[in-house]
Amino acid sequence: MSKASGASLIDLQIMWHRLIAVVEEQAQVLLRTAFSPIVRECGDLSAGVFDLKGRMLAQAVTGTPGHVNSMAESVKHFIAQFPIETMKEGDAYITNDPWMGTGHLNDFVVTTPCFKDGKPVALFSCTSHLMDIGGIGFGPDATDVFMEGLYIPMLKLIDQGVVNETLMAMIRTNTRLPIDTEGDTYSLAGCNDVGCERLVEMMTEFDIDTLDELGDYICDRSREAVLAEIAKLPKGTWRNTMVVDGYDAPVTLAATLTISDEGIHVDFDGTSAASRFGINVPLSYTIAYTVFGLGCVVASQIPNNAGSLSPLTVSAPPGAILNAPKPAPVASRHIIGQMLPDVVFGCLRQIIPERVPAEGTSCLWNLNVRGQTRSGAGGNYGFSMAVTSNGGTGARFAKDGLSATAYPSGVRGTPVEIAETQTPLIFWRKELRPDSGGAGRTRGGLGQIIEVGSGVDAPFDILAAFDRIDHPPRGRDGGKNGEAGYVGLKSGKKLRGKGFQQVPPDDRLVVLTPGGAGIGDPRERAPTAVSDDIESGLVSADNAVAVYGYTR
Amino acid sequence: MLEGAEVRLAVDIGGTFTDIVLDVGQDRKTRKLLTTPQRPEQAVLDGMRLILADARAHISDIDVFIHGTTLATNAIIERRGAKTALIATDGFRDVLDIGTESRYDQYDLSIDKPKPLAPRSLRFTVPERIDAHGAVRLPLDEAAVRALAPRLRALKVESVAIAFLHSYANPEHERRTAAIISEEMPGISVTVSSAVCPEIREYERTSTAVANAYVQPLIDGYLARMSDALQVEQYRGAIYLVTSGGGVTSIETARRFPVRLVESGPAGGAIFAAQIAARLGESKVLSFDMGGTTAKICLIEKYQPETSRVFEVDRAARFLKGSGLPVRIPVIEMVEIGAGGGSIAHVDAMKRVTVGPESASSEPGPACYGRGGLRPAVTDADVALGMIDPDDFAGGTIKLDPELSKQALLRAVGEPLGLSAETAAYAVHEVVCENMASAARVHAVERGEIVGQHTLIAFGGAAPLHAARVAEKIGVSRVIVPSNAGVGSAVGFLAAPIAYELVRSRHVRLDDFDTDGVSDLLQEMVTEARALVETGAAGAPVRERRAAFMRYVGQGHEISIELPNRRLATTDLAGLRQKFEADYAAMFERPIPGAAIEVLSWSVLATTEARNPPRVADVARMPAGKASGMRKFFDGRAGELIEIPLYRREDMAPGATIAGPAVIAEDETSTFVSTSFDAHIDGAGSIVMERKAA
Repeated sequence: MSKASGASLIDLQIMWHRLIAVVEEQAQVLLRTAFSPIVRECGDLSAGVFDLKGRMLAQAVTGTPGHVNSMAESVKHFIAQFPIETMKEGDAYITNDPWMGTGHLNDFVVTTPCFKDGKPVALFSCTSHLMDIGGIGFGPDATDVFMEGLYIPMLKLIDQGVVNETLMAMIRTNTRLPIDTEGDTYSLAGCNDVGCERLVEMMTEFDIDTLDELGDYICDRSREAVLAEIAKLPKGTWRNTMVVDGYDAPVTLAATLTISDEGIHVDFDGTSAASRFGINVPLSYTIAYTVFGLGCVVASQIPNNAGSLSPLTVSAPPGAILNAPKPAPVASRHIIGQMLPDVVFGCLRQIIPERVPAEGTSCLWNLNVRGQTRSGAGGNYGFSMAVTSNGGTGARFAKDGLSATAYPSGVRGTPVEIAETQTPLIFWRKELRPDSGGAGRTRGGLGQIIEVGSGVDAPFDILAAFDRIDHPPRGRDGGKNGEAGYVGLKSGKKLRGKGFQQVPPDDRLVVLTPGGAGIGDPRERAPTAVSDDIESGLVSADNAVAVYGYTR
Repeated sequence: MLEGAEVRLAVDIGGTFTDIVLDVGQDRKTRKLLTTPQRPEQAVLDGMRLILADARAHISDIDVFIHGTTLATNAIIERRGAKTALIATDGFRDVLDIGTESRYDQYDLSIDKPKPLAPRSLRFTVPERIDAHGAVRLPLDEAAVRALAPRLRALKVESVAIAFLHSYANPEHERRTAAIISEEMPGISVTVSSAVCPEIREYERTSTAVANAYVQPLIDGYLARMSDALQVEQYRGAIYLVTSGGGVTSIETARRFPVRLVESGPAGGAIFAAQIAARLGESKVLSFDMGGTTAKICLIEKYQPETSRVFEVDRAARFLKGSGLPVRIPVIEMVEIGAGGGSIAHVDAMKRVTVGPESASSEPGPACYGRGGLRPAVTDADVALGMIDPDDFAGGTIKLDPELSKQALLRAVGEPLGLSAETAAYAVHEVVCENMASAARVHAVERGEIVGQHTLIAFGGAAPLHAARVAEKIGVSRVIVPSNAGVGSAVGFLAAPIAYELVRSRHVRLDDFDTDGVSDLLQEMVTEARALVETGAAGAPVRERRAAFMRYVGQGHEISIELPNRRLATTDLAGLRQKFEADYAAMFERPIPGAAIEVLSWSVLATTEARNPPRVADVARMPAGKASGMRKFFDGRAGELIEIPLYRREDMAPGATIAGPAVIAEDETSTFVSTSFDAHIDGAGSIVMERKAA
């Protein structure tokens, strides 16, 4: 604990507030200047500031949890590769290494040293999801990481203000979307510059030359706060298992959660081995979503930083799907990674059922689509886009789940009108899916019905990366399961939940996203809540009678 | 009254108070009445009678009546609007529920989403489809539209919004649907999204159309009753409504697009600040309005408040972005944060002092009011520091007890952190000032401005106490505290120009630019906007401002670039590119070499000139007279009690100059002059604080 007191204590508090504002501004600049629709429309990004030891001191709230701890770890890798003393003002470094970055090649991580009076004082880092990085495309079909696209090791992107043109040319040439991909690389570097400028202003105002004392203060206080929350929980060990669809065989996710005085540890021993296909998860991404799930329960009001994250630890056996070694394919690592909060909640509900929701859709139901544009022009290829969409979240103990809402992911849905300006597709339907929310005293959120066809009389590809088709979200305490997801053609053929498939020009893709699961006996649901659901068409009258025992 | 002088009346109906200002020539009268929510025109008419009596004038003497109101906002917040149905494209019944598919708080598992103004049971769809290029993919099924009418009648729907996909690119289906509904249901309110908000992104456009439909019958009824009542009273002048964009518009336009009236009160505050700026010749201003529960910050460049195109009403979690209903209209851009005099301070889990957004409001109020409030508010910190004279608060009408402030501060902040009551007060004061400084800093940067180059104009009850410290934190060297800031919004209304802004989406690349097509579009918009403004302008000159919303091809967010007021030629394109790249670099550091540029939408603003007051002449500075007393003030940085002088504002003549630290007290508020500032009274009676030479 730092010895600060009186006025300097107040300065430290003020500077902490300021750092959070600085990284928020960094994230907003990234959002405003991004090219990839999934970044600019949906916020698939992260931004943060680190001290020279690589400790994360603040992270923007804008962004998505998959980057929470993974970006933090990546800065340490940068420092190991490029020691601080070799860094120069105007430098910036880049990688998309899934094991040193944020889990797949589509995420570029850019780290920039920040200088004050000629001396390095901090590092700014950010990451965003690029729509295309070449290779087989953004789907799970590859059988090793090299098939998944251009692999950029830790490199200098900018050398004292001079952009690495060789690297830029390599990037442009190896993506189907050269304009977006190059533009996003610039916007990543630009947002770090804005953050650095603001940090230096702050350090000048408070007349400090290093972030050492501030870093200790932030990390100590945050760690203490998380430990104090954990101290309110019973000590012990709890287990939970959840099975999801996987690529070609079901995947078992097994967790052992231990609460002690030192923190909370989650171990994934017993989890299935790595898959042959690109649904594997590098450990950093496993940690990110596990810690996020824990954080929602024990640290929801505590800012993310190295201190608040340190009492929350995770392990998984090497070779497991949650700790897949290089060169495993990992492009669609989010499918399994985003299931991890549900796995954690399954442990926690044994001790604090009122604070954790039932299982939800959990993984994003993105429509990863690709094909020819009307004119055949556009980038190096045609169109290639992830149309972000979601199912329902699990019921909360005292409230229904949220319909068509991302959890745990923090990204926003793609507006249909934006998707249709970026692609020649026509969405014929995108609305709530009645009766999909798992029945219960509190009901799961509803999924969606989506129907898409080509607008240019050409086939298009779907790089399916869906789950919870064979294994829907499970209800608890008498609550029913959420409805399973579905992918098929309008003409009737069922499609696979994972992998490359084609939609013929005269047919349509039909996607039903899953509903969240319910909590408690549906017959205990307040009759007014049931009649509201009937009136609004969220629950059919038949279902209301059969499942909720509703009588008018 | 003065024969021949122009008589102008302004009324601001707020949630609690209705403020009335009457200008007869140079003479100004003000009145504050309680709002009468059931029949808001009642307070307006009562107030008019009172203030006319004050000025010994008659209602028929009034030349211009300018009116702002929070009725539209409050109707939405309190869900008191019309029973509103939505007609959407088949397959898109739930655009309002699906929204952005996101959570506005990542870590909170128990959030609630904003409830749509049109519930699902009142949302209908019809077969039709227009694509992104405006081409018809599926013709409108007119029979299906007609078949909806009996259902809408049976459901007793009072207002209908129509929002089809891509209607911004081709409004034909929406217009035809509106015609059929009006035919089948004569007299019903109908809103089409392509008229209210012809812009891409279906959620925001639909939400805006539904909000307009939701408030339309209420505002329409109110304005009709108001006009009738004025007619009965033999009112003969013009009537204007203040819009969220800071201009005024005719009753007819307001009745068509009532959603444009939301936030007219705060807009008035910004215009008020813009006026003060004009009077002082301050071309870069940050207005800082801090009241009991919130603070609002607005950038004003060259006497024009900055504007934006989107706004959120009724945020579920009061200040969290994304928790409200989006409304896409021209609006004065403000950030609002939960930091007012009544905001409660506490210590959070990390043992950090935090302030707000919870407020002590007027009951029980801050601890020092002695009405049972036990938790310390920002005002308690100000009292404990010695900035407020406890015997002379609100003109002596409320007696404050500093001991209660200190006890509350000690309990909630001092003891958990091991600080004295005074140091705790200092911490609260610092944190609330930092919160506002952060908001100002982020806001300025989002607009590509450097905050330290601005002058701060502070008004509202709590702003003058905190303005100097906020200014220190953001590097501002000049702070103005205007007089009579209590009815600032209504005063601002009097100066608002008659204005209307149109925005249309039309996608054009700079390297494939259709100069004729774009020039025709802009000309059409100019004609439409001018027509709306000129009817009310009574011959005053109308100026226009054209702008293009530009971005690099492939980006999702645009920046606004001003265009010349004439037809465009191919020779203009290089200049547009340069302008865009320069602005982009100023805002975001790194332009993208060689990238193509595109325009997404176009705007035209037609406006009369704002009635800015003449520049006030400089006054000769002289030392102020003797202080009216000395106060004990706790200097937190030094950690000691010091004596500082106390002045009464009314005792200070123009030119009177003092050195900080000092307090200048008046009935409505007190201004704290910090150690790093001097202060003087200018020729218009404002307190002007200037940073001491280093």
